[in-house]
Amino acid sequence: MAHGDPLIEVRDLVKHFPITKGLIRAKQVGAVQAVDGVSFDIREGETLGLVGESGCGKSTTARLLTRLLDPTSGTIEFRGKDIASLSRKELKPFRRDMQMIFQDPYSSLNPRKTVGSIISEPFIIHEPSVGEKDRKCRVQELMEQVGLNPEHYNRLPHEFSGGQRQRIGVARAIALKPKLIVADEPVSALDVSIQAQILNLLRDLQRELGLTIVFIAHDLSVVRHMCDRIAVMYLGRVVELAGADELYNHPRHPYTGALLSAVPVPDPRLAKAKVRQVLTGDVPSPTNPPSACRFHTRCPKVVMGKCDVDDPALDPKEGGNLAACHFPLSDREVATQVPTAAA
Amino acid sequence: MSTISTELVEPESGLPAGEPGPVGIAARSPLQLFWRRLRKDWLALTALGIVLLIILTAIFAPVIVDLAGTAAPRTQNADLTGDFGEPLGPNAQASSPSADGTVAQAGPFGSDKLGRDVFSRTVYGSRISLLVAFIATAITVLVGVTLGLLAGYYRGWIDTLLTRVMDLMLAFPVLVLAIGIGVACSGAEGCLGGAIQPGLTVVIFVISLSTWPYMARIVRGQVLSLREKEFVEASRSLGASDRRIIFKEILPNLVAPIIVYSTVLIPQNILFEAALAFLGIGIDPSDPSWGAMISDAASIFREAWWYMTFPGIALLVTVLAFNLVGDGLQDALNPRTAK
Ligand SMILES: Nc1ncnc2c1ncn2[C@@H]1O[C@H](COP(=O)(O)OP(=O)(O)OP(=O)(O)O)[C@@H](O)[C@H]1O
Ligand SMILES: [Mg+2]
Repeated sequence: MAHGDPLIEVRDLVKHFPITKGLIRAKQVGAVQAVDGVSFDIREGETLGLVGESGCGKSTTARLLTRLLDPTSGTIEFRGKDIASLSRKELKPFRRDMQMIFQDPYSSLNPRKTVGSIISEPFIIHEPSVGEKDRKCRVQELMEQVGLNPEHYNRLPHEFSGGQRQRIGVARAIALKPKLIVADEPVSALDVSIQAQILNLLRDLQRELGLTIVFIAHDLSVVRHMCDRIAVMYLGRVVELAGADELYNHPRHPYTGALLSAVPVPDPRLAKAKVRQVLTGDVPSPTNPPSACRFHTRCPKVVMGKCDVDDPALDPKEGGNLAACHFPLSDREVATQVPTAAA
Repeated sequence: MSTISTELVEPESGLPAGEPGPVGIAARSPLQLFWRRLRKDWLALTALGIVLLIILTAIFAPVIVDLAGTAAPRTQNADLTGDFGEPLGPNAQASSPSADGTVAQAGPFGSDKLGRDVFSRTVYGSRISLLVAFIATAITVLVGVTLGLLAGYYRGWIDTLLTRVMDLMLAFPVLVLAIGIGVACSGAEGCLGGAIQPGLTVVIFVISLSTWPYMARIVRGQVLSLREKEFVEASRSLGASDRRIIFKEILPNLVAPIIVYSTVLIPQNILFEAALAFLGIGIDPSDPSWGAMISDAASIFREAWWYMTFPGIALLVTVLAFNLVGDGLQDALNPRTAK
């Protein structure tokens, strides 16, 4: 796949949710630093993976990209135009180019609306001039395209299985032929046997429609075959960003190394030979994150006096990975610790 | 999710998903599904039949009274009271002939202290009960849903304000408020600049005023949870307006709880009206209201059991029937309840 220029450039994106106290006059007593200074590009036509443990800010990033949330600061340039601070009205034309697929196929479809009217909504909002008959026609084409029976146009969501519901969500997302699809853990609520079908559907649609996809997952095993590049997040920051193969073969950030240690590999002998890095302790609270490098409280390679005072930048490391670390993993460490590393 | 009827969910397969289902379970509208469930609930259906009967009684009260040959509800017939002014029992004959020589006979439900026919008054009483209950419920729904939606959807200061007002209203001793308003508004010129006239409007006003906060609170709670649902986010990410989200995404999900709560409200309001009439608030004493009749009959219950019994039964049956219909609707409207 040829990947062109950046479709979206995210710079220093920050989202802090204020924590307030007081009934009548709310006073801010702190903030959940859900996303705290994130920068990355999304290239035209690629699939960018976004992975990290629960609570690291993946969904918040997704909601910022699609402007379901207002960023605290930072810019999001969509083809050179900053959409981070646009008003609701100014955003509307951009909305049709950016769509979201949600995690929960049960709560993402209105239980009181028929499938037909759910998938019609994009047309009603953005192409109100299209007549009802045309619209129905297009909706049924879409249903066919995502593998649903167009005759089920008038059914309610509860008459479908989880996988079929997710197909309905996909149909709604691609209805207006958007440039970007942000898929927030689109398969984690589904049976393993059905996950692959939905992933294949997404890939087929990407090829047909030339979609750019941001694919969010909380573990690295699902994203490998979906994504061209992968960004690893930890506590509201991107700690490593690299091509999928580079990331699996030679992760540079110790956090990525630890995540990959948990990925199951097909060859058990290979896995046994590795010294798995198990993360100890809990993820610190995003309300009061550790100073400087946020991973230093759990990092096996931490050097106090450096990691807790000097915030590492996301810089190119050996092999081309971008990693935010003062002491990145060496090839030797990768070879002994990471089960997915090339032999 | 054991409750989703399995017949309607087709297995996920490698084939194009969702081959046509077996014949006979083709797409059903929500209304059809609702009716299918309700049809099996004989108790609710019986109650629904009774409710319809009561509504018909209210509509055709004059015809019924005509057919029964009883006197009009406000007609006072001194011949239908005993020598000491006591009411006559069901079908009882007057002790002495009237002026024209015939012997007057009481109606099937007897007569009251003023010689009015209890049957006619009970039949006409359904009019007042239902009229007050329906109008008060409609106002409650309109006000409660609107304010609950605004508070729950927009939150912020509007929510804070409305919640405080609701708390205040709910903390009010309703009967004291009712008596106060009843007295204040029962003067000849009414109150609120003449908008509230003495009589039924006072009763309707008092009832709506004290019930809307319950409705608003229920709606607000539902909206607060609905607005966070992913389908609302999906709509927002498509660029839908607030109006569209409120009317197309949120409101359809409120229809069931609103209907259910309204069917609870109607019998409550019927009782409320009876209680107010019992206390003599709002309603003109010559108006046939069940509550007023029961109140009037209380002092002479030992001599004239029929006077309290028939309006009492009417009230009981009406409230019970509406409540049972409410329960049935609740079960049938929730698409996830097991059959
Ligand atoms: N609306 C909100 N108000 C306050 N805090 C929030 C809000 N949304 C998210 N957060 C907090 O922000 C942090 C990041 O949340 P986010 O949902 O982005 O995580 P995530 O990476 O998507 O996690 P998961 O894998 O569980 O979905 C969490 O600590 C969460 O509690
Ligand atoms: Mg999430």
